[in-house]
Amino acid sequence: MKKKRFWFRSALLAILVIAIGYTIYNSIYEDSGTYIKKGDKAPNFVLTDLNGNRVELEDYRGKGVFLNFWGTWCKPCEREMPYMQRQYETYKKQGVEILAVNVSETNVSVKNFADRYRLSFPIPMDKQREVTKAYGIGPIPTTILIDKNGKVVGRTSESLSEEKIISFMEKIKP
Amino acid sequence: MAQISSTLLYSAFMIYLFSTLFFAMSISDKKRSEAAHTKKWGKIGFISACIGFAAQLGYFITRWIASGHAPVSNLFEFTTFFGMMMVLAFIILYAIYRMNGLGVFAMPVALLVIAYASMFPRDISPLIPALQSDWLKIHVTTAALGEGILAISFVSGLIYLIRTVDQSVSTKKTKWLEVILYSLISIVGFIIVSMAFNGAGYEAKYEIMNEKNQAVEVVYEMPAIAGPANGAKLDDAFGPLFSTPSWMNGVDASKKLNTFIWSLLAGAILYGLLRLILRKRIAAALQPKVNMNSDLLDEISYRAVAIGFPIFTLGALVFAMIWAQQAWSRFWGWDPKEVWALITFLFYAAFLHLRLSRGWHGEKSAWLCVLGFWIITFNLIAVNLVLVGLHSYA
Amino acid sequence: MQTITCECGHSNPYGTSLCQACGKPLENDVEVLSSMRYEGSARRSQTYKKTIVDHIWNFFSSVRVGVWLIVIILVAAAIGTIFPQETFIPPNVDPASHYESEYGTLGLIYYLLGFHNLYGSWWFIILLGMLGLSIIIASLDRGIPLYKALKTQRVTRHDQFMKNQRLFSVSKEVEIEEVKYTLESLRYKVREENGNLFAEKGRFSRWGAYVNHVGLIIFLTGGMLRFFPGMYVDDVLWVREGEKASIPGTKSDEGQYYLENNEFILEMYDKEEKKFNSALSSVDGEVAKNYQSNVTLYKTEPNHTIGEEPELIKVKDGEIRVNEPFKFDSFALYQTDFKLNEFNKMSFELEEKSTGKKFGKLTVDLHEPEKKYDLGNGYRVEIEEYFPNFILNEQKQPSTINNLPDNPAFVFSMYSPQTPKGEKAFVGIQKNIEAGENKFKMSFAGIETKDLTALTVRKDHTLWIIALGGIIFMIGVTQGLYWNYRRIWIKQNQEEVWAAAHTNKNWYGLKKDLEFLADKSNLMPLADKEVNSK
Repeated sequence: MKKKRFWFRSALLAILVIAIGYTIYNSIYEDSGTYIKKGDKAPNFVLTDLNGNRVELEDYRGKGVFLNFWGTWCKPCEREMPYMQRQYETYKKQGVEILAVNVSETNVSVKNFADRYRLSFPIPMDKQREVTKAYGIGPIPTTILIDKNGKVVGRTSESLSEEKIISFMEKIKP
Repeated sequence: MAQISSTLLYSAFMIYLFSTLFFAMSISDKKRSEAAHTKKWGKIGFISACIGFAAQLGYFITRWIASGHAPVSNLFEFTTFFGMMMVLAFIILYAIYRMNGLGVFAMPVALLVIAYASMFPRDISPLIPALQSDWLKIHVTTAALGEGILAISFVSGLIYLIRTVDQSVSTKKTKWLEVILYSLISIVGFIIVSMAFNGAGYEAKYEIMNEKNQAVEVVYEMPAIAGPANGAKLDDAFGPLFSTPSWMNGVDASKKLNTFIWSLLAGAILYGLLRLILRKRIAAALQPKVNMNSDLLDEISYRAVAIGFPIFTLGALVFAMIWAQQAWSRFWGWDPKEVWALITFLFYAAFLHLRLSRGWHGEKSAWLCVLGFWIITFNLIAVNLVLVGLHSYA
Repeated sequence: MQTITCECGHSNPYGTSLCQACGKPLENDVEVLSSMRYEGSARRSQTYKKTIVDHIWNFFSSVRVGVWLIVIILVAAAIGTIFPQETFIPPNVDPASHYESEYGTLGLIYYLLGFHNLYGSWWFIILLGMLGLSIIIASLDRGIPLYKALKTQRVTRHDQFMKNQRLFSVSKEVEIEEVKYTLESLRYKVREENGNLFAEKGRFSRWGAYVNHVGLIIFLTGGMLRFFPGMYVDDVLWVREGEKASIPGTKSDEGQYYLENNEFILEMYDKEEKKFNSALSSVDGEVAKNYQSNVTLYKTEPNHTIGEEPELIKVKDGEIRVNEPFKFDSFALYQTDFKLNEFNKMSFELEEKSTGKKFGKLTVDLHEPEKKYDLGNGYRVEIEEYFPNFILNEQKQPSTINNLPDNPAFVFSMYSPQTPKGEKAFVGIQKNIEAGENKFKMSFAGIETKDLTALTVRKDHTLWIIALGGIIFMIGVTQGLYWNYRRIWIKQNQEEVWAAAHTNKNWYGLKKDLEFLADKSNLMPLADKEVNSK
């Protein structure tokens, strides 16, 4: 009788504490609801890049993908671009690809920008924001790290330093 | 139709006034509380309250016909309706308990509410898209009925306190009781001041910047004690003595604060005069007049909460949530008005627990009823006038 | 387990104050009014005070703690309304500086204490959770013993129990049958035992409190589930007139939904309309009458790849107004905002400044300008730079605020047979700055605009749980507060007949029943001890 009471009470308290704890956890990472987050499979997408080439995410299976969402008007995006270009040159040989998805801008603007920073990685143009929406991108820049199996291993919305980019590259290197 | 409507409202107001007097007659101690005398005047008072209610119902219906929508869509209409629901709540509780003394206090409070309402713009206004819903009438009327019934618990609790608080010495209790009476008197002050300045046609103009940084003209109908934040005076009228803190929101914030200050001042003068005439605390002067059964008062105030709480919850929370889900895509958004409805709910929930489980009867319970009504009025007045949110239509 | 055995033979759990069978006071025999709150049954938590779990349990079982939690939540909620919450401040401002600049030092303190996001803060959620815990435990601890007590109550009660009731009387020569009949006519349920009567009415109202607590728990659970992935979608969708856009939250593998905005309608009240005349003339601007989007819903085949040109199958047409959301599957779209006359296309003509002669017109799509515009006969224009929302940045360089064409500006290169090397000019709205002395200029030749509608996209799988909780709560509250549990005991004591009565609320109503009863029988009117004691 006494045992039963103890277990009943403990179980009820435990369930409630876990439920409340999980609610708080989710409320802190509120973005996690519909958004693509760590551990998810990266949804496939098809876009045309600045040079008119078709870019499909699935084609990069086997490589690490540094998926960056950006805009020419966004200062932090602009800051991290030269670092990304430099590390792209280093890590491309090691099987890491950068896809810098531009969020709904004109070819004219993006072309000027890409020329100015001599960007050589593919810039898929998300004109209709389809990919941006599917990945639940709020503020830009947002970077999503995809490993060689197509799984999301990281997501950040901070403006990246070069060191940070290097550590990310190391993380997704196949 | 609109003309008939306002005539009906005016008649209702006058009839309520007479009803108050009849109830006062019924408890007047000149005739040494003869049962027949009490009964007769109580009956007349009750019948006139019913007639007044019928007249106000007529106002409500005719205004509805005139405007094409339920007349609960702006502060004037809502506050008037709230007064009407107080009368209805009083009628219901009187029918159960037959207590004349309740009428002497409930009717004037309803009168004050209606008079206060008439100080807001009385034009028939069109409905903005957010308000175009059947839930407008369902939500607002139910919430107002709930609040009206809860208001009766305040009235009953107040009488209880006047009756039982020891007036032979000055204590914290007697002081708070005076504060409550003073705030009721301030509503009278507000009405007098508004009517006086309106009658005199007072106007002072200020230019201020609104949220979009456009210059807007604000017209004060009362001399400015509190001027607008960062406002420029456009004429050589009186004041302002100080400017309103900038965190008070909206173009009219300073005007509202100014009116509030005037009401308190007028209330203070009226209160002071009353004290001079009576030469004792107002509650002390009222005490011998309210020789009523305190247990019955306690029960009425509790019963009013018991009846009003579910109705309030249904109207101000349940129906509100259904409508909010439909209009704003979420049933709950922590808008200040919503939060204060929740606070009211929580307060009365605490009241019921204290009463039912912890045995808070009598005086403690009466103080809580008074506090509860303060929360309701705060939600009614301050949240609309001071805090910004989705409900600040008026 | 410790038990207390009453003289009637019934054994009660430790902590019981009135015998659960006969009602005899167990703790003391002094003549005070019995507390009938939970039938004098032992609150289960009081029974055991052993382990830490029991201590936590006992803490939450207390109504005093529950009331404190309510009060703390109430105060916290009120604090949250002093200044607007973070969700209500303008977007794109930094809350850290916003609160200080708008509301001064108090605003800064408010922000630093985290009150700007009070209702989503961890401590507020913990408070709500603790309230939930308190509701569950307190109800379990009281509801179950109360249920048992009411179920086992006997007809014949102990003398002391009778005497300790608030309403009590002693009469002689009473016709018990008469009393029984009268009580039944008042719709009491009457039981008889050895000539003693027990009449009760409205027992179910005692369950009201527990029913409404169940409702609250279901409601809170629904609110909690909202934070769980997949239960809830809340997004905003902007669509230009005549365009289609994918609806966020709808999944591409099941077939992505697309919405086409056929038309956005904004209607204002007619100022001349007689009934609103005086109200409308007193406001400065116009008053909106209707916001409406006429839309068409499409769906792709399953396994649509994001970004790929969709093959759309029409699902249905619809009209979305405020208060009239558009529903499909588990989604609903709500009219929330709009933007009128967004620039869409701009036309220019290449003009020779000296003669005013024009050499062709070009129309620039502001969402996708061409690089080159060939006007024929050796005349052409190239776009060197494009700033959709032009601004001079801190370095006094032309740049753009964002990608919306609200203030478009261009750097054009104009080529003609006379100027084969090209002439450059910066052209914006009411701006035309030339690099050097140009022969040609771009003259403005018209603009096309489009309206946009903004729709809130919402999916909420928790709604039915919340609704269920709300309904149960309302049933419980009504049951508990609109009815009351009245009980009358009649006991024959040798020559005398004792009568006692109790109700959990509305003593006035019970007294009226008793007056009627005394009227119809020889029973003495029951005296109210609480009134007499004053």
